[in-house]
Amino acid sequence: MPAPALLADRLCKSFGALKAVDDVSFQVAAGEIVGLVGPNGAGKTTTINMVLGVLAPSSGRIEIDGLDLARDRSRALAVTNFAAVYAPLPGNLTVEQNLRIFGMIYAVANLRTRIGELLERFDLVRYRKTRAGVLSSGEQTRLALAKALINRPRLLLLDEPTASIDPSTARDIRAGISGIVDRGDCGVLWTSHNMYEVEAVCDRVLFLSRGRILLEGDPKALPRQHGAATLDDLFVEVAHEALHDGTPGRAEAAGALPARPAT
Amino acid sequence: MNPTRIGAVVLRQYYLYRSSPQRVLPLFVWVVLDILLWGFITRFLAQVSHSTFNFVPALLGAVLLWDFLTRVMQGITTAFFEDVWSRNFLNVFAAPIRVSEYLAGLVAIGVTNSLVALVAMFALAWAVFGLSFVAYGAALAPFLAVLFLTGIALGVLGAGMVLRLGPASEWLIWPIPTLLSPFAGVFYPLSVLPAWMRVISRALPPAYVFDGMRAVVAGHPPPWGALAIGAALALVYLALAGAFFAAVYRYAIRTGLIARYSAETVT
Repeated sequence: MPAPALLADRLCKSFGALKAVDDVSFQVAAGEIVGLVGPNGAGKTTTINMVLGVLAPSSGRIEIDGLDLARDRSRALAVTNFAAVYAPLPGNLTVEQNLRIFGMIYAVANLRTRIGELLERFDLVRYRKTRAGVLSSGEQTRLALAKALINRPRLLLLDEPTASIDPSTARDIRAGISGIVDRGDCGVLWTSHNMYEVEAVCDRVLFLSRGRILLEGDPKALPRQHGAATLDDLFVEVAHEALHDGTPGRAEAAGALPARPAT
Repeated sequence: MNPTRIGAVVLRQYYLYRSSPQRVLPLFVWVVLDILLWGFITRFLAQVSHSTFNFVPALLGAVLLWDFLTRVMQGITTAFFEDVWSRNFLNVFAAPIRVSEYLAGLVAIGVTNSLVALVAMFALAWAVFGLSFVAYGAALAPFLAVLFLTGIALGVLGAGMVLRLGPASEWLIWPIPTLLSPFAGVFYPLSVLPAWMRVISRALPPAYVFDGMRAVVAGHPPPWGALAIGAALALVYLALAGAFFAAVYRYAIRTGLIARYSAETVT
């Protein structure tokens, strides 16, 4: 049985007394898109930073494609990549220069050909010699996605990848990512505040709040299972309950949510 | 270490220099100004002192060698600052590049920058003021080697400090060579310093270089033993600087500093 693209096992991260991530375990299989959703401050970005190796867990274990991130960091990160709105590529380099440099860092074979493919796929050919800093936000997002795919990652982390782009481009990007995943060799962890997008793209969704996974399942079936009309409604309900009273909500009462620890 | 990854760090800097004259000019402008300023000062001193002492290799040569050390250090720190200024840490450190590879790339940039500047300095000082490095004889190579190692150590130390203290702390890094120069005895023998300053000087590798340089200019044989001490100290500082950067990097990974690096905070 092949190793999952991502295995997060009992991840915890504390900053002083604050438990930003508290005993979180999940997997992303190759060929699967998993949505990681939750209110601001829920621990999504902390989780992603741990998976990216830029933040050490207080405890727990991360495996990427069967490689232990703590012990085999460089090899694990060589099969990982990411795109996030808060990590733009250097604006003083051109599109092509950025892709070449990151292609070298990821030791991509046949880099020139790969860059050409990505420029075509993300409609960036005409911006090949343009500095990234003068691209529109949508073009920068496409460049970030091109960089994220340059090493044909086994694990792709996308932190709100369509947050700053128009609906038409966002749809194209969703279709493009889905097409890559459908080939079966890449797993995606996708964070978004757009529940319609999560429902459309993700095979599975994890609701994170106060550093814990409160809910997990098929984004198309979950709302019905928990008496909500839409995933958006379910998100609002879970987030509201978790943030304001800390008591088990309807979803927890239905047995789908783990009880929150006393704090 | 993967040479392709090291090459990526160097190539990034090459792209920046190629497209940006304002990055290339400082490699030469300050050096040229220093050479001109101190070249004319040495001429003036030679005129008014009516001395047989040759000020050119003692003063102008000292300026040139000190500028060389500064160039090495700034080549490394400036390349590091490019990642600070473009908020590129997350992209770099979430990639498979190792810290040792990243530092090797920065050092390669520092080496290249300083060698380019050194050739320019040599050429100008020779053409305008007749400074001949033949005057330093066989000691020139160890002089440069010690300064080179010290510059690398200072550059890595500076990069570590900025990584630990935040982007605003770059202003603490630029003056480091100036702060060290009174103790290094660039323009005067260490014997003129008070005892407490000499204690610090003995811990600084460049102090051995500049004392040695003056000895050679005065017609004495190169102080090989002192230069060996300077070289050993420089190697120790280089190892310590590398360990310091690695420790800061581990701290940054443990605390999440890299992920939120743009915040100007030391906490």
